[in-house]
Amino acid sequence: MADTPILLREQQYHQIKAVLARLRMDSSARVVFLVDKDGQEIAVQGEVGNLDTTSLASLAAGNVAATGGMAQLIGEKEFPTLSHEGERESIHISVIGRLLLVVVFDERSSLGLVKLRSKQVAQQLAALFEEIANSGYDDLDSPFAEITDEDIDSLFS
Amino acid sequence: MTFINYASREINCKIVYYGPGLCGKTTNLQYIFDSTAPQAKGKLISLATETDRTLFFDFMPLELGTVRGFKTRFHLYTVPGQVFYDASRKLILKGVDGIVFVADSQEERIDANIESLYNLEENLKAQGYDLMKLPYVLQLNKRDLPNIIPAQDLAGELQKKGEPVVEAVASNGTGVFDTLKAVAKQVLTELRKG
Repeated sequence: MADTPILLREQQYHQIKAVLARLRMDSSARVVFLVDKDGQEIAVQGEVGNLDTTSLASLAAGNVAATGGMAQLIGEKEFPTLSHEGERESIHISVIGRLLLVVVFDERSSLGLVKLRSKQVAQQLAALFEEIANSGYDDLDSPFAEITDEDIDSLFS
Repeated sequence: MTFINYASREINCKIVYYGPGLCGKTTNLQYIFDSTAPQAKGKLISLATETDRTLFFDFMPLELGTVRGFKTRFHLYTVPGQVFYDASRKLILKGVDGIVFVADSQEERIDANIESLYNLEENLKAQGYDLMKLPYVLQLNKRDLPNIIPAQDLAGELQKKGEPVVEAVASNGTGVFDTLKAVAKQVLTELRKG
């Protein structure tokens, strides 16, 4: 059986966005986004412009999964942070439970600042996500409860 | 893992194409990519070696349309087929919502198909999944080649649980969308069950 779906309510989504917005400001980052370890983008904040955040989310998750695999081979549980520094743009990824906090920054910021600010919001995001994972689904009308075969067929017409 | 965002009214699901090396997983994705309207797709990311063998994965987001007011997006992944990339294959199965097994219909690839299918079951088990309970489609690819096993025999050999079997020639698109539709339908039907 597949995992239980993640259901993100409107209020929770805005709470996450608010945390990301503050982190982005405090760390002078270009873009901040939160990704699930499976590669699903949860929320994004910042100068997205032409940035393909969907692909970036998937690749960030692949990157963390691959380095996590390396960590285990050398007897570590995982590598909690990853940084990639480019000539102008850089990426910092923090692993927070099953979430990845991805910060894209340029020369307006520094790796040290991004690391510090990411660490400061990690707990807050973990708590928020725990709440999301534990909240029941009873108050939500599933958009799929009454989905018909015609609805599904129409997607492919 | 399915992700439903009530704020942006989006739903994302993950489909993985699995199968032995050179069976046509990437070709399936490439065909979907080439025949989809630009606004419905993202980039096709292919992490391949210089000789076009998939190294880590191929990825493409595909937006199918709206169901009950929710934008429905499928994230399509392929795994590297070659035996020695098993670590990457395991990682990509994480959070999977539906699987397509692409079998190579050529006689000489029967053992590779069986080995890969066994490997799929093992890797799913390692992630805590059971193939018997996941949305699943069997695609018999390369039906245009001369030295192929009759579809019925091949399906008899590889079919696991009465899953839909689609005959395909991924290089010209035959059966590619039928396969995607068959797996997407099962994933959405799973969601209906809740």
